[in-house]
Amino acid sequence: MRMILPPVINASARRLLPNRWDFVAFPLILCVIVLGSTGFRQTLAPLSSLQTEVISLDPGNLPEYALRTILRMLAAMVASLIFTLAYGTLAAKSRRAAKVLVPVLDILQSVPVLGYISFTVAFFIALFPGRVLGAECAAIFAIFTSQAWNMTFSFYQSMRTVPTDLHEVSSSFHLTGWQRFWKLEVPFSMPGLIWNMMMSMSGGWFFVVASEAITVGNNTVILPGVGSFLSQAISERNLGAVGWVILTMTLVILAYDQFLFRPLVAWADKFRMETTSSQSAPESWLLDLIRRTRLIQRSFHPLGATLRTIARMPVRLPRIPVRVPVSAVSSRVGDLLWSALVIIGTLLLAWRVVSFVASGVSVHEVLVVFGLGFLTLLRVAVLIALASLIWVPLGVYIGLRPHLAEKIQPLAQFLAAFPANLLFPIFVVGIVHFNANPDIWLSPLIVLGTQWYILFNVIAGASAFPNDFREAAANFHIRGWQWWRKIILPGIFPYYVTGAITASGGAWNASIVAEMVSWGHTKLIAHGLGSYIAQTTTAGDYPKIILGITVMSLFVIMFNRLLWRPMYAYAESRLR
Amino acid sequence: MENVNTAPILDILDVCCGFDRGQGELKVLDGVNLTLNDGEIVGLLGRSGSGKSTLLRIISGLISATDGTVNYCGHPVDGPAEGVAMVFQTFALFPWLSVLENVEAGLEALGVGAKERRERALAAIDLIGLDGFESAYPRELSGGMRQRVGFARALVVNPTLMLMDEPFSALDVLTAETLRTDLLDLWNDGGLPIKSILIVTHNIEEAVFMCDRILLLSSNPGRVISEIPVPFTHPRNRLDPAFRQLVDEIYAKMTARPSADAERKTGLELKSWLPQVSTNLIAGLIETLAAAPYNGRADMPEIARQLHMEVDDLFPVAEFLQHLGFADMSEGDITLNYYGRQYADFGTQERKQLFADCLLRGVPLASRIKAVLNERPGQRAPRERFKQELEDFLSDDAAEETLDSVINWGRYAELFSYDDQAEMFSLEDVEA
Repeated sequence: MRMILPPVINASARRLLPNRWDFVAFPLILCVIVLGSTGFRQTLAPLSSLQTEVISLDPGNLPEYALRTILRMLAAMVASLIFTLAYGTLAAKSRRAAKVLVPVLDILQSVPVLGYISFTVAFFIALFPGRVLGAECAAIFAIFTSQAWNMTFSFYQSMRTVPTDLHEVSSSFHLTGWQRFWKLEVPFSMPGLIWNMMMSMSGGWFFVVASEAITVGNNTVILPGVGSFLSQAISERNLGAVGWVILTMTLVILAYDQFLFRPLVAWADKFRMETTSSQSAPESWLLDLIRRTRLIQRSFHPLGATLRTIARMPVRLPRIPVRVPVSAVSSRVGDLLWSALVIIGTLLLAWRVVSFVASGVSVHEVLVVFGLGFLTLLRVAVLIALASLIWVPLGVYIGLRPHLAEKIQPLAQFLAAFPANLLFPIFVVGIVHFNANPDIWLSPLIVLGTQWYILFNVIAGASAFPNDFREAAANFHIRGWQWWRKIILPGIFPYYVTGAITASGGAWNASIVAEMVSWGHTKLIAHGLGSYIAQTTTAGDYPKIILGITVMSLFVIMFNRLLWRPMYAYAESRLR
Repeated sequence: MENVNTAPILDILDVCCGFDRGQGELKVLDGVNLTLNDGEIVGLLGRSGSGKSTLLRIISGLISATDGTVNYCGHPVDGPAEGVAMVFQTFALFPWLSVLENVEAGLEALGVGAKERRERALAAIDLIGLDGFESAYPRELSGGMRQRVGFARALVVNPTLMLMDEPFSALDVLTAETLRTDLLDLWNDGGLPIKSILIVTHNIEEAVFMCDRILLLSSNPGRVISEIPVPFTHPRNRLDPAFRQLVDEIYAKMTARPSADAERKTGLELKSWLPQVSTNLIAGLIETLAAAPYNGRADMPEIARQLHMEVDDLFPVAEFLQHLGFADMSEGDITLNYYGRQYADFGTQERKQLFADCLLRGVPLASRIKAVLNERPGQRAPRERFKQELEDFLSDDAAEETLDSVINWGRYAELFSYDDQAEMFSLEDVEA
């Protein structure tokens, strides 16, 4: 694996100020999810508990399980792509839709991924009663929710920044909306989209593992795969089997990288907008191989030709006219009506959900949950700070040494992709053995998987640090603490913030699985919002699940808005 | 002018274009008339803000005029017209398509079959001197080669009318000249299917070198102030005295005293758009003018050539000097006046003082900002306040640009300070 520098690192982080639509979007989105899932649960209950497949701990089954896990990931990726293209296009093309869709997307990505599972398992099982398909869909949907949002943001941003001259060329060529979409807008968005697909994929492994074996009330979903193998190993206290899972996952991630993403990235290099050729274009042995062979090229040819024909079809998409022919006044009235409609709809939904939650939750409980939220917040903040203290100096050290960086960077990327929950049992065994305090010792698990984002972004930042600055610093004898404070830290700050944003987002997600872990019948629980959600999910207590998820989403949003976005804005404006 | 065919290729009558602002419409184009005949190359010459690119986009049907008619081959233009091809200043090539694919793209959109597409694209690539580069991607090509692809892409659709939006201004001098002569050779050999070419440019020599007729556009709002036929045959010699004479004449017309144009006021107004002119350029130009051999008076084309500046670079500086009361422009000449000479003699601090005085007198926006800051209790005012005031008259971009300009001058003159982070004007660190 080799480092590919992010073109658009975290598209959503660029949206700086919360606007008033956020206040609409937040209740809107949560309520829609809640009502959709609970509605189904109520109408289609009682549900027969899903036929539970027996997972065998024979390592010989692992290849098959791994394959099924991979297929799940692929299915989710395809769904994410379709969602991205549709949602991003709609948001970019319609001003009114964007007003709602963009804040909604922002909220969607703040809702903890495992929170979606709690909501949606019941919904999907009800959709296909008594069939495995429902459970499969629930798992795929969970992975989808971990992948789709940042891809959509990236696509939306790209759509909005297509250069006007290219737009004018395609207009003067008389391209229809459909043709322009495939000929201009999609290719233009490709580099950012592929980068975000990679990021999504690397985050996705964590959730595929978590979503293959999950219990929501009386629905237990066990899908054959690497994740369920792990959970079986945990309940049988089989450390050897855990080892096999770790090995399998390592191979799977390496294979994914070599066979899917390296070729994709190498291929997508041509979509880069810069008109100068880069010194080191990404390479892929597989792509080179395919490009050199004639037979495979030929066999792909009909497929390519068909796709090209589809892209060429003069389909006229329903065009949203750029210059609205109606007068400015009536369009303003339309805007007002539309806003009013959205707000009223949101209020109605919110009222229904609040009354539903109120049926099972007291005011006291709400306060308790907020208290738990602060505990988890403390955990996340302290651990991100600790991880930064360790990895920033190390990352700088590595990044300033190109030979070292070349070796370490792929490793850091791999570690970021590796689902940390596979390693949890090892820690749990240790904690149980030493009888340590879970409130403290379960905490590191939160950043186990996500700290690597800090490391590899800092390495990338230090590698990209201009040599002129280093030489100037040496020339003026700037050393020691002054060197760190005035020279290198400001230099890597934008990269660090990018890494830390990703890491903290991941940490919140991980808290749901990291604050409550088990080894056989031993259960370790740390006090916090994550374990609250995990426990209420297992119990199937919907009002409490909703409360927990809502509070966590609120915390994530506030954390992002009050800490990361101002830092990102500062980095963008002052230090680039 | 050779009128081969009686029906004009393009006929524009009273075209206006504007944007809605708070205080009525902001006009970019105001009553423009223009006719293109068969076999002509016509140049649209104007400074930035003259709306020449807007006019080009109206003709190509990319945007629509707010008023007036555009007839192309006898039919009103309504959306991108068939047979009109455009060449862009920025080349506008698709970076993910190879040269051949870029050239084919326009044909593909027309629904031309694969085989014919390939043949025609290769022919166009051949014609424009790009053979051997078919499979290259734009990023592998130099600027000149990229613009050749732009030409090939425009030519391959067999257009009747070719529109060129400052096609050579992103290229270095030598490359631009090669491309110009190559294009003219093709045009004069009759090797092109095109019936007429319309070039937008701000380079006077380029216009005289290539065009049969030049239309001069005024700025803010744009209207045709003069039509100048170019009587020379191709190939033209830039050093020919008659050629130079014509260039000088056009310079003179472009610097004509505002009195000639009744509606243009001599001084700047609060709502005027202010160009980005760096204070270093101001100092540099004044010093050059004050020194030998000019000794305070220079011929504009000559000084432009000497400083390697084009019309678009030189005019804003010269005009700003005029507004500040440092220099006067007339008949293509620029003359330093009393203040200008003083400025040239002064040291840094005195210069700043003089500049500050002149800025307050000559640029109403600067004195306005100073006055507002003096009035306010904390002596601070947000950028947004002035931006909103300007946006009643200017487009959003123009308002931003104007503010940036005045901030730059105000900082140099130490009239006020500005915090870019907080977007706040203040009188901190400014001596009273």
